[in-house]
Amino acid sequence: MEIPYTVSPRPDTGIHNGKLGIWLFLASEVMLFGALFSTYILLRTSAIDWPLGSDNLNVPLGTFNTLILIISSVTMVMAWASLMMKDFKKYKLYMGLTIFLGILFLVVKIAFEYAPKFAHHHYPSTNTFFGIYFVLTGLHALHVLGGILVNGYFWGPGSKMWKKAPQQFINRIEIAGLYWHFVDLVWIFLFPTLYLL
Amino acid sequence: MENTDVQEVKRHIRVYLYTFSALAVLTVVTVAAASLNVAVGTGIFIAMVIATVKGTLVAGNFMHLFSEKKLVYLVLIITVFLFFVMLCIILSTINDQVLSVS
Amino acid sequence: MALMRWQLAYPEQPIPWKVFALVPMLVGVVVFFIGRRKGPYLSMAGFIFIGIGLLIWYFVLGETRMPEGVMLPEFYNSLGAMHGTIMVFLGIVPLSVGAFGNYVLPLQIGAPDMAFPKLNMASYWVFLLGGIMMLSSFFLPGGAAQSGWTSYAPLAVISPGQTVWLISMICIITSSLLGAVNFITTIIQLRTKGMTWMRLPFFVWAQLVTSFLLLLAFPPLEAAAVLQLMDRLASTSFFMPSGLVVSGQVLTEYTGGGSPLLWQHLFWFLAHPEVYVLILPAMGIVAEVIANNSRKPLWGYNSLVYATVFLGFMSFIVWAHHMFLTGMGATMATFFQTTTMIISIPSIIILTALFISLWGGSIRFNTPMLFALAFLPMFGIGGLTGLPLGLAPSDIHLHDTYYVIGHFHYVVAPGTIFALLAGIYYWFPKMTGKLLNEKLGKVHFWGSFVFMNGVFSPMFIQGFAGISRRLWDGGTTYLHAQPYLYLNEMISVSAWLLGIFQIPFVINLVWTLAKGKKVGDNVWEATTLEWSAAPSPPVPHGNFKSEPEVYHPAYEYSLKSNGRDYTPQNEPLKG
Repeated sequence: MEIPYTVSPRPDTGIHNGKLGIWLFLASEVMLFGALFSTYILLRTSAIDWPLGSDNLNVPLGTFNTLILIISSVTMVMAWASLMMKDFKKYKLYMGLTIFLGILFLVVKIAFEYAPKFAHHHYPSTNTFFGIYFVLTGLHALHVLGGILVNGYFWGPGSKMWKKAPQQFINRIEIAGLYWHFVDLVWIFLFPTLYLL
Repeated sequence: MENTDVQEVKRHIRVYLYTFSALAVLTVVTVAAASLNVAVGTGIFIAMVIATVKGTLVAGNFMHLFSEKKLVYLVLIITVFLFFVMLCIILSTINDQVLSVS
Repeated sequence: MALMRWQLAYPEQPIPWKVFALVPMLVGVVVFFIGRRKGPYLSMAGFIFIGIGLLIWYFVLGETRMPEGVMLPEFYNSLGAMHGTIMVFLGIVPLSVGAFGNYVLPLQIGAPDMAFPKLNMASYWVFLLGGIMMLSSFFLPGGAAQSGWTSYAPLAVISPGQTVWLISMICIITSSLLGAVNFITTIIQLRTKGMTWMRLPFFVWAQLVTSFLLLLAFPPLEAAAVLQLMDRLASTSFFMPSGLVVSGQVLTEYTGGGSPLLWQHLFWFLAHPEVYVLILPAMGIVAEVIANNSRKPLWGYNSLVYATVFLGFMSFIVWAHHMFLTGMGATMATFFQTTTMIISIPSIIILTALFISLWGGSIRFNTPMLFALAFLPMFGIGGLTGLPLGLAPSDIHLHDTYYVIGHFHYVVAPGTIFALLAGIYYWFPKMTGKLLNEKLGKVHFWGSFVFMNGVFSPMFIQGFAGISRRLWDGGTTYLHAQPYLYLNEMISVSAWLLGIFQIPFVINLVWTLAKGKKVGDNVWEATTLEWSAAPSPPVPHGNFKSEPEVYHPAYEYSLKSNGRDYTPQNEPLKG
């Protein structure tokens, strides 16, 4: 016997295994970032004074990075749509763009945000604001890195599957996309919380 | 989303582009709103409302949550509910101390 | 654990290390050399014995740290912390969810495998990595973690050995998350034709709820572990309050502003659902064994299912009953007392339904059934003794005494562990095609049953007397503890005898594997798919020879329809 519903959806639930799996995984991610958000709120409400994000962090760079991630979400979903229209070349283009934008995000984050912070002796141990800032953005950056690796695999060696099992490959891109959009979504909440308030 | 024909996908792409413009505008709006000199509480409220709208757009359109199956909704509703349970109960317990530590 | 009990009972006498180390090593060498000719299983057992001997030998070397054979407090604390961690995260969860879930669950729902086999392997390897790291922390310079399995901040942030604990915990949590994703997807997506929700065996329901608890309760602890790791490695102050004084000096490397209570909240947000992670699969196993061996359908299957789901939900909003002593105000204390009393209702429904299932059955008293039957009153004691701990007024006296130890050990030791043993005896023929020896099994059961109670029931008395659970000398310096210290001897002797009574079990496993006779596919005459549709042992790839189809609820016993007292799920009723 083979494992059923790896490609086609199960009739009564309407989805295939991978999609349920990624949503469950994202649910656990919601709880992970949710716990850190709760920590942020708690530390902030119980602090005597709380440094304003806009005074300590680089808002223009943060805005730039927000836009980068949003654009990368669009290119990601376009990569999937290109596959749906059987256009493999466009898929390669859009997926490549997504990966590039992801790397750009990390470069801006590390080289232009973290490095000057360290140069100004702003470490996680400086105060709880910088502590939670580095933990939240650091964990998010790790998620971006994970996404880049997965997308890179599907752009390079993983894309051979398109010839053998196109439907399964489309499913995989959709699932990778769900993860990538989630990483974007987390940033949409992180950006105002840390940088603006 | 399988077996969707090309027309359907093209309609999707239009939605993606609208969503993108909305997200870009809202990003500018949230930065602009933060530079207004409003009280901290109001500022948090405005920023969180905008972030929620943006998040809904991403989840609904990019992640196709607007047309997703019931099972996924069920999982997410449980999760979000438990997140709020965690947040609210932790906050109210820590604020309800016999001896306040400060 | 036995080492800890020896320490408490005979603080003056050195532990006879060499006897305990050399005997198993000798046995191991002998078994290994005999086993080389008789079969691979026996020589494997030889290795295990040698391993146990080596482990104890390591502690002999550690004796230099223990003048006159008495452990130093730090080492006692390490043993305590690691005992809790190992038993909960490396012992019971992997066994009840990882092993039984992985093996039995796909068989019971008629699936060829788990939904994501590669993810399953990843989960296993990450777990193994975490487990090895956790155990290796004993051999590292700082020693193993000393702050209890709860690792309360700020103590855990400044005590040695904690970093490795945290990193291994992150591995173990990741493994559990991957496992939970896999389990839920398998149960929802891979049910075979005709296997509707209300036809699922109860064990599957228990695993489903358990997996949801793992999926949604573990991430907050992962977040908390990351934060504590930052506190330790990057000197952040997430859990460090301002102006903390340690040994008369203010800690200057921490800026302060953090909240130690936050750790407790994030920890118990996981750890209370974790309690149900420990007990729900056990209930599932017991339900399977009881239905099968009383030859009756489970009484109140639907209410069992609803009670389990409700239990799962409620377990997320009771956690702070572990924290009544943290200065919690009356409002929130009332809230948590109420939810705690409410959560006892589904537990009682489950226990009652299992008891009534016995009524009027023609019970077969075989070894798995004995363990399952023993589970019921033992879990009952464990559950009922929990009520005083769920109410703030009585908890204030009993908190952190031996009473707490007695309470939760009654739930997990004679509770969960007995259920797991029932499961091993019950599904062993499925895994190997060979039935375990009944006589040795009964010796194992009665010995374990008597001495398990010998270990844990005196703890209630000590707890009422107010003896704290964390003292490395067992409270010998406290006046109020004096009249009850003699109980330590009873506990210690029982603990060692309990260990000795596990020997028949090990012998039974090894002997049956090497020499046992083959039995039929459905040796227990059970109705569920793993027995009725799959060969024993199952087909290596795909479990079943052909896809089974389900026609009935899970426990159709005593119908007499096909000339037998059981009607398998994959067999249509005739006439």
